[in-house]
Amino acid sequence: MKINLTINGKKYSPDVEPRLLLIHYLRDVAGLTGAHIGCETSLCGACTIEVNGKSVKSCSMFAVQADGADVLTIEGLAQDGKLHAMQEAFWNQHGLQCGFCTPGMIMACKAILDHNPNPSDDEIRHGIEGNLCRCTGYQHIVNSVKAAAAAGAGK
Amino acid sequence: MATTIIQTEKLVGKRIRRREDPRLITGTATYVDDIQMPGMHHAAIVRSPHAAAKIRSINIKAAAEAPGVVAVFTGKDTEKVGPVPCGASLPGLRVPHHYILAIDRVYLVGHPVAVVVATDRYLARDAADLVEVEWEVLPAVADPEKAIAPGAPPVHPQWPDNVAFVYHQEGGDVDKAFAEAEVVVKQRITSQRLIPSAMETRGVLAEWRGADRQMTLYTSTQIPHLVRTLVSGMLGLEENRMRVIAPEVGGGFGSKLNVYSEEALMGFVSMKIGKPVKWIESRRENFLCTIHGRGHVDYFEVAAKKDGTILGIKLKLIQDQGAYHQLLGPAIPTLSVLMMPGLYRTKNVRAEIVGVFTNCTPTDAYRGAGRPEATHGIERMVDILADELKMDPAEIRLKNFVHNEEFPFPTATGLTYDSGDYAAPLQKAMGIVDYKKLLAEQAEARKQGKLMGIGICTYGEICGFGPSPATPAGGWECGTVRVEPSGKVTVLTGSCHHGQGEETTFAQIAADELGVDIDDILVLRGDTAIVPYGIGTFGSRATAIGGTALYFALQDLKVKIKKFGAVLLGSPDVSFANGQVTCNKMGKSVSFKEVAAASYRAMKLPPNTEPGLVSTHFWEPPNFTFGFGAHIAVTEIDPETGQITVRRYLAVDDCGNIINPLLVDGQVHGGVAQGMGQALWEQGVYDDNGQLITGEYTDYAMPRAHMMPWIQSEHTITPSPVNPLGVKGVGEAGTIGASPSLVNSVVDALSHLGVRHIDMPMTPEKIWKLVAGGKN
Repeated sequence: MKINLTINGKKYSPDVEPRLLLIHYLRDVAGLTGAHIGCETSLCGACTIEVNGKSVKSCSMFAVQADGADVLTIEGLAQDGKLHAMQEAFWNQHGLQCGFCTPGMIMACKAILDHNPNPSDDEIRHGIEGNLCRCTGYQHIVNSVKAAAAAGAGK
Repeated sequence: MATTIIQTEKLVGKRIRRREDPRLITGTATYVDDIQMPGMHHAAIVRSPHAAAKIRSINIKAAAEAPGVVAVFTGKDTEKVGPVPCGASLPGLRVPHHYILAIDRVYLVGHPVAVVVATDRYLARDAADLVEVEWEVLPAVADPEKAIAPGAPPVHPQWPDNVAFVYHQEGGDVDKAFAEAEVVVKQRITSQRLIPSAMETRGVLAEWRGADRQMTLYTSTQIPHLVRTLVSGMLGLEENRMRVIAPEVGGGFGSKLNVYSEEALMGFVSMKIGKPVKWIESRRENFLCTIHGRGHVDYFEVAAKKDGTILGIKLKLIQDQGAYHQLLGPAIPTLSVLMMPGLYRTKNVRAEIVGVFTNCTPTDAYRGAGRPEATHGIERMVDILADELKMDPAEIRLKNFVHNEEFPFPTATGLTYDSGDYAAPLQKAMGIVDYKKLLAEQAEARKQGKLMGIGICTYGEICGFGPSPATPAGGWECGTVRVEPSGKVTVLTGSCHHGQGEETTFAQIAADELGVDIDDILVLRGDTAIVPYGIGTFGSRATAIGGTALYFALQDLKVKIKKFGAVLLGSPDVSFANGQVTCNKMGKSVSFKEVAAASYRAMKLPPNTEPGLVSTHFWEPPNFTFGFGAHIAVTEIDPETGQITVRRYLAVDDCGNIINPLLVDGQVHGGVAQGMGQALWEQGVYDDNGQLITGEYTDYAMPRAHMMPWIQSEHTITPSPVNPLGVKGVGEAGTIGASPSLVNSVVDALSHLGVRHIDMPMTPEKIWKLVAGGKN
């Protein structure tokens, strides 16, 4: 099936199999390997991206469902070589260790602040409860979101 | 080009952000599944749905004819490959032959029986479903105590008793200790099966270039060099013809400290089809086919005097080995025995391990690997003893600790504790939480019918694995420092970090020693063609051993730097500091950069001087290092629901000198989360047929952000005398301290109801029943 979509501001018009998952399209076809596959069942959140401004687990969506959509992945977050405030916060606060959950986690954390510029600890923790991390115990991730909020990363 | 900045401020000990992070936070890091190659094929593995069955026949015709399929292989094709190695050696150990694909029988759910290779990952999976296996299902056994009971189905028919090994260790005079005891406490304590679950599943990409007779194997591993040595052997390929690359590795926690059938299988397939082939483990496969951890049933007995002095410890340890031995499986419970006296002075111990085969996933090293089980046991027993004697849990610990003047302390199990001040973290922790005030608060809460618990764990940890005689594959590490002609510094390390941050901490060490800017240093690891050799990252060893190997390589390098500097300055009387070789007499100096250039240009070298500025050091540690600490958990229990709330969690860890406090905090938090996962939520559950019931994230309760409390991380610092950095190790400390402190806390909350012990995980249902029904 021929689809049209915009990824990180760039237009793509691929011909894809109807069953191709969006995450596999992004990773294997478009060459955007930032979003990861941790479970293929929408339980771990490593594949979290944004579709039309909404946080989505791209392992649970077909590429054809993104026809006409505006997609944002971790690769599109930094602008003109400048890191997004959430990326900067993860770096400063040691919000990652092995880094595998990180692209999805950063996208999920960005989505929290997009809706709530000054979340409480509890709101942050519930906001990322769909994203698993095995390394950090989440504490430095919570710190990262708070630091990004303090830097004005929310809308 | 940036000029070399001279570094004068010391970086070791600084809280600096990581140098590996830019690629990770921008999604540009390269994990195995991110690699694509021209002509790359994809493999899908057909696995057994049964825990025990004979294979009557395998029909691959439909699969082989499916679209995109180029090959299908079964056990008959791969019979000569392997076996999957067991590196542990114990007297009388029974080692089943572990084929990479099953031949005529399967021993666990997930046992690989065939591999389908196709041009596309979807087509490979489609075709895998078309492989028809005719099974003769056999009875299975999934519980280690049931497996050694009479009449249990044999896992391996040649060993009908299901005993993999029996191991004894004894120190001191245990019989005398128990004969003289004024009190003996006994308890059965389990340490349940856990599933390590690194966020990146395993994955392998094998690229065979037949004309060159060379193989490159990309694999998500903690031990690339050992994988090369062992997998090349499995394939019958000369070791120097195989290059193993561990690209970015998305967590391991011991589960990637192994050699797996799929690593050899992909090598085999690539050699057969002459193309690169990739296999990425699904999460379901990860639950079933990557090693599990723990799996203990422990029977403890502790003999003591009425004043709380521990006289002796007995332990019967039943270890669920699973169906096979993976790389280190049988060695793991022996670490529990080594660690069983904890931080206490008693010299009388006796342990018996019975390693048991079950039709389950093999158990092996999972974060802590034997030490959490041991610590959980002794720390529970000390609390039970305190309860029996009506003593305070802190007081009984302080009474039994090894004294400061006794270091180096020879233990009953043959270890030598390097250094310590075991009372210090406990006293610090008690001060921080205001222990007396907490006790008063608890007494008041009880009056009001509330359930509040205070749990203490004081742990010791064998870190820095380890002296080679005590480590199956050698326990040293290798460090290389190569100064490039431009003066930039490349560090090659045999440690293979996978999230721990040695690209930063090792650069801190090198920057301080050489006096160069940290941005001039690049740390490389994880490629057998780049790093001379390495043991890898596990067992809280990277900084203690890999960091020390680097330290000594830097010392060797500094000798060379001075030698070249002396030539350039024309005086043998020189010193090297802050990136300058200086002759004080002449009042002249040359920079590190000038020395580097001269060492390669080699214009003015005296005869018999070796050009270049490279140094490699293989460092063999004389001992383990022994970290220690005290954790305190304060819990509250809702009697209506059995829900446990962790009100406060404090970790006071002594990991020796600290290179980067920010990263140490991260290690402690993550470690505590895994220990808390074991204490409260996680459990690998099999049914009686050997089906893993908790085989997905829906059923296996890994901690999520909203489940975790705030963790306070504090330290005492007792440098290790074992290495010049004075470091001990911290990768596993949090995991070791967490489960006993939490269980002790919850038992404490329920102790007035007659509860003396609770097995993990402490689910609300279990707690509710105890509250409702009283005694355990």
